[in-house]
Amino acid sequence: MTAPGGLLRASGISKYYGHIVALKDVSVQVEAGSVTCILGDNGAGKSSFIKILSGVHQQDEGRLFVDDVEVRFTSPRDARACGIATVYQDLAMVPLMSIWRNFFLGAEPRKGIPPLSRLDSAAAKRIVRDELQGMGIDIRDPDQPVGTLSGGERQSVAIARAVYFGARVLILDEPTSALGVKQAGVVLKYILQARRRGVAVVFITHNPHHAYPVGDRFVILNRGQSLGTFARGEIDRQELVRLMAGGRELLELEHELEEMQTAGS
Amino acid sequence: MVPDERVRRTGARSRFLTRPDIGAFVGAVAVFFAFAYFARAVNWIGEPAIAAGWTDQAAQYGIVAVPVALLMIGGEFDLSAGVMIGSSGLLLGYLTTYQDLNVWPAIMLVLAFGLAVGLVNGLTVVRTRLPSFIVTLATFFVLQGVNAAGTLQLTGQTAIQDIDGASGFDSARRFFAADLTRYDFKVKVLWWIGLTLAGAWLLAKSRFGNWIYSVGGDPTAARNVGVPVARTKITLFMMTSGVAALMGIIEALELRSMQAKEGVGLEFIFIICAVVGGCLLTGGFGSVIGTFFGAAMLGMVQLGIVDAQWDSNWTFTFQGAILFAAVLLNTLIRARVQRS
Repeated sequence: MTAPGGLLRASGISKYYGHIVALKDVSVQVEAGSVTCILGDNGAGKSSFIKILSGVHQQDEGRLFVDDVEVRFTSPRDARACGIATVYQDLAMVPLMSIWRNFFLGAEPRKGIPPLSRLDSAAAKRIVRDELQGMGIDIRDPDQPVGTLSGGERQSVAIARAVYFGARVLILDEPTSALGVKQAGVVLKYILQARRRGVAVVFITHNPHHAYPVGDRFVILNRGQSLGTFARGEIDRQELVRLMAGGRELLELEHELEEMQTAGS
Repeated sequence: MVPDERVRRTGARSRFLTRPDIGAFVGAVAVFFAFAYFARAVNWIGEPAIAAGWTDQAAQYGIVAVPVALLMIGGEFDLSAGVMIGSSGLLLGYLTTYQDLNVWPAIMLVLAFGLAVGLVNGLTVVRTRLPSFIVTLATFFVLQGVNAAGTLQLTGQTAIQDIDGASGFDSARRFFAADLTRYDFKVKVLWWIGLTLAGAWLLAKSRFGNWIYSVGGDPTAARNVGVPVARTKITLFMMTSGVAALMGIIEALELRSMQAKEGVGLEFIFIICAVVGGCLLTGGFGSVIGTFFGAAMLGMVQLGIVDAQWDSNWTFTFQGAILFAAVLLNTLIRARVQRS
């Protein structure tokens, strides 16, 4: 179903855990400067799928292509080397450390002669402020501990970090699910900022109301299978919700709830 | 994100209060002036010999407290840091008096022994994933037994004597344990200040310092972004045992003999210094400069109680009270830092 091309392409991916079929023949194509939403209810196979894209797990069937060249990831490091960065829910940030120390953790800029080379903290702080400003994030002070930031701000810093360190594909694992309405809105704004910078964003969510305003394409997973890829405009919000819930089930649930209400009163 | 004017307004004050070393500094100044009053009979403020006395005691605590603080910020403990002083001093005594080694090569061997013990501690903690509290408690007891039984078997006594008979003793003593010519200050105090500055630089300015904070704050997150968590922790254990070995060398050269039970009990004093200095027991936060003031405070209490002519048994009570106050303060600070 996917035409050749795209920055990252997954073709016919299947994943089995023993006798359990987690994913069956899922194909997705991701383009630079676009937001691809992977939607699905709990147990639909979303997390299995992103773990394959980010190199944590390996697929049992199917192929992955980056820039039309087939790749096989054996670790998250392989995926990162191909420019695929994943921002997990737990964020990979240390709450007690400052924003700039977190931003460069594991890739610290240094100056001076090796045995005594020191952190280039002035440059680090400047880069952090510039990068975050470029994403439209106005931080008060790069010395602030990350723990004092709100959940939305933390997600935004994590996104900015991935973009700065050369992510071409940015995989966001449920970045809005733990956030309030306003904070989720903030993160959605930065998803669009990352897209504007030419990043291919893969946005995993179970919330169609978060996916719909930012997505260019929607891939709906249900019980390990893809129900298809829909371009924005091909599908409306109600249809997304209906497909995610597995069609009729939600309507049935609504009726059931109504009946319980009437029976109870 | 719209700048939050409420945060901006309280920024300066809150940043000052969340500095981990402020409490220890204020505490040390308070203790100093308290004894200026209670020990006024011996001229606590004006007499250089008095200052030489408490700085010597503080250096005794503060030298090893530097790596203990870094280790605690890295999320681990070393309860064997005290007994390692005894083990290292005894080893130096054994090598110089029973093996007739020159003091300088013996010092190198003792430092290598210190690093090796740290390596064993670190590898055990990293490999077994057991709490370092338990692993180093085991090391503590193993070494305590070796120190006592080994010394007795070797000498028939509870100490190794006459280390000053070894060749190279005088030059080594000048370097590690001499009195500075003026004011009776010990060269040990310079080691304490030097190691504090080196530790503070390492923590604040080096890449390794960034890793120390991260492995203590959230090892999973640190590993996810590529920090070598195991290597960082093992290095910290090696630094701790290595500096404890240095302290053993300093003591053996200063006292010219080494008691088998030397150093036992100091492991908790080092931890008190670090906690008073603002290090969180849970890791990820703390200060070497604060630990310096924590050691200064404990040194002043130790000597001040004598100089005020109180019963010196009260020292323990003071140490406990200081620790308790510091932990309460730290908890408040962390609540402030972590509020979202």
